[in-house]
Amino acid sequence: MPITKENSNIHPSGDKRFQMLSATMKRHQYAPDALIEVLHQAQELFSYLEDDLLLYIAHSLKLPPSSVYGVATFYNFFSLKPKGVHTCVVCMGTACYVKGSTNLLTSLEQQYQLQAGKTTFDNQLSLLTARCLGACGIAPAVVVDGSIEGHQTAESVIHRVEESLHHGS
Amino acid sequence: MDLKELEAIAFREHQQDDKIRIRCCIVGGCLSANGLAVKEQLVKTVQEADLGDEVAVSGVGCMGLCSKGPLVRLDPSGTLYDRVSSEDAPKIVASVSPRASSSQSLPPSQYQPDAHPFFTKQLRIVLENSGKIDPEKIAEYIAADGYRGLYKVLREMNPESVVEEISQSGLRGRGGAGYPTGLKWATVAKAQSDRKFIICNADEGDPGAFMDRSILESDPHRVLEGMMIAAYAVGASQGYIYVRGEYPLAINHLQTGIRQAKRLGLLGTGIFESSFDFKIDIRVGAGAFVCGEETALMASIEGKRGIPRPRPPYPAESGLWGCPTLINNVETFANIPTIIRRGAKWFSSIGTENSKGTKVFSLAGRVCNTGLIEVPMGTTLQQIVGEMGDNVPDGGKAKAVQTGGPSGGCIPAALFDTPVDYESLKELGSIMGSGGAIVMDESTNMVEVAQFFMEFCMDESCGKCIPCRAGTVQLYQLLTKIREGKAVLKDLEKLKQLCNMVQETSLCGLGQAAPNPVISTLRHFQDDYMGLLSQE
Ligand SMILES: Cc1cc2nc3c(=O)[nH]c(=O)nc-3n(C[C@H](O)[C@H](O)[C@H](O)COP(=O)(O)O)c2cc1C
Ligand code: FES
Repeated sequence: MPITKENSNIHPSGDKRFQMLSATMKRHQYAPDALIEVLHQAQELFSYLEDDLLLYIAHSLKLPPSSVYGVATFYNFFSLKPKGVHTCVVCMGTACYVKGSTNLLTSLEQQYQLQAGKTTFDNQLSLLTARCLGACGIAPAVVVDGSIEGHQTAESVIHRVEESLHHGS
Repeated sequence: MDLKELEAIAFREHQQDDKIRIRCCIVGGCLSANGLAVKEQLVKTVQEADLGDEVAVSGVGCMGLCSKGPLVRLDPSGTLYDRVSSEDAPKIVASVSPRASSSQSLPPSQYQPDAHPFFTKQLRIVLENSGKIDPEKIAEYIAADGYRGLYKVLREMNPESVVEEISQSGLRGRGGAGYPTGLKWATVAKAQSDRKFIICNADEGDPGAFMDRSILESDPHRVLEGMMIAAYAVGASQGYIYVRGEYPLAINHLQTGIRQAKRLGLLGTGIFESSFDFKIDIRVGAGAFVCGEETALMASIEGKRGIPRPRPPYPAESGLWGCPTLINNVETFANIPTIIRRGAKWFSSIGTENSKGTKVFSLAGRVCNTGLIEVPMGTTLQQIVGEMGDNVPDGGKAKAVQTGGPSGGCIPAALFDTPVDYESLKELGSIMGSGGAIVMDESTNMVEVAQFFMEFCMDESCGKCIPCRAGTVQLYQLLTKIREGKAVLKDLEKLKQLCNMVQETSLCGLGQAAPNPVISTLRHFQDDYMGLLSQE
């Protein structure tokens, strides 16, 4: 189906998420300067930014695909690859570093045979690092599936990740 | 909305004042330590014991002692309980009311904040309401004299006198560089344009700093009011708050705050029945340290890659979409309502000759008490680390304190009698920065610290200018060589030269300040470097 003005918010795949994304762009009046807001929303809906999705956004905001790609790759927050079912983010900010976050990371890497920034083969766990979570008062801190855990040790963080892997959340 | 309505809201709130208040922190570190469950349990216990007419439980912002959360405070007694669990809730409730069933044993450990140096050494202006009011209730902010400053400027002052008041106060930017706030406002006010913007910089990129996060989570209306006053003073009608994506709760509280202010007519058109219109939008950052730099931040608001541009022109002349733009840090704006309410004279009586007022620090790293403190400028590092922080745990010894993040430096323990103000810290080769203060103990090797920060700057360099993009890589490699014991004396010379070059020739503050951690550790901890040199 050719994309015309009338049906431009219906994606050929019929995926409803495109409609929601389109509503966001409409709210911003398709202004090119809303690009980052739109990418945030897209990542929230789709969990990562596929090429096809970036093209769709570029087309809607009337931006060259190169600049959409340029912005998406510039910011650390945007991920162009899918993440694992579960994520563990280790803070490598100064406060956490001083309190031994390197040790947490190495233990996790060994336990799951996984490098920071990578996902396990079974797609169950992504191990990531962060700059600072603003939780320096309870350093060292990690985020497991979205919830921040403070005062971690190598044992406690592995225990926490195991819980996530085996109990769903 | 007029003053009468404002006072009616405050009056209704104050009717709660004769109740015993149980305040439970539900933000930041306490939230991660299950503070919300504690609060819910407290509410439930009070309900079940039918004590609603004499005891009020509320969720509040940060009380400061983040390492010991969840924290619960009783008022009016001021007793503070730390590391509270849901099981402790009935004991706490029992302790305040004889009517509660009290087959319970003693409540968990407690402090009297008016006797503990962590609290007594503080002077709270910016954090005045933190830990006292519910950040999601505008009425509580109004009851704490909120929006009186805005009312005062709109009804009693003209824009010039507002700028003059801020200049007189001696307030300097809290985002790092310490530029006089009044001077910046005056420049934007003078600029001729029908469109001007206000930006609140809440990007807080320095790792180890969480003051801005805490202010936004604990007392968002204070920042909104500060922005409104600034907008009136410089003649802007649109504001943006640029917040890090890593701070979802801060974003949430800001959204709530903006919605409530709009509903009461404190944002929008004809505020306080004057001709002043103002609107605030939130922009969420996407994880790039360089976006804290003002020109990069503006590029990011415009939806572009966050790449800095040379200044001048400064944002005050040509900022967002080429219009005059005032950009200040969260803490800078948070000072404004109180300065307006209490006067420039009062504010300038606090602090030192050239650094007025207070500074919020996030005390972290190897100290017993980590958390958020607000102290008058001129407080010594010894007071902060030794007395308030209660030294290094397990009898260890402090080696240095790092301030200013990747743009700052390390100050050795021998110089802890230095008073903190913009100039003293600069003389020691560090900077005030945004307020992160990270304590390192004797087990820390300073070359490793320098390398840690260089890796940070290398990763975060936006790549636009060569000295920063390539220089940080070279510096990182040299530091690695030293750490691996493969360097000789000549390499230290090279290191110094390279630092100099990157400092002098980089385009923006990121590159210009990137060598600071190396230079300051070379200066104060030369032995750490010498000890690693190859013997050949
Ligand atoms: C690399 C870099 C990062 C910065 N990060 C921040 C930041 O996170 N927060 C902030 O308020 N200012 C930051 N600044 C300073 C801003 O450019 C700007 O000076 C400040 O927001 C002005 O506000 P103030 O006058 O209230 O301090 C940064 C500067 C540089 C060079
Ligand atoms: S350094 Fe880890 S949360 Fe701030």
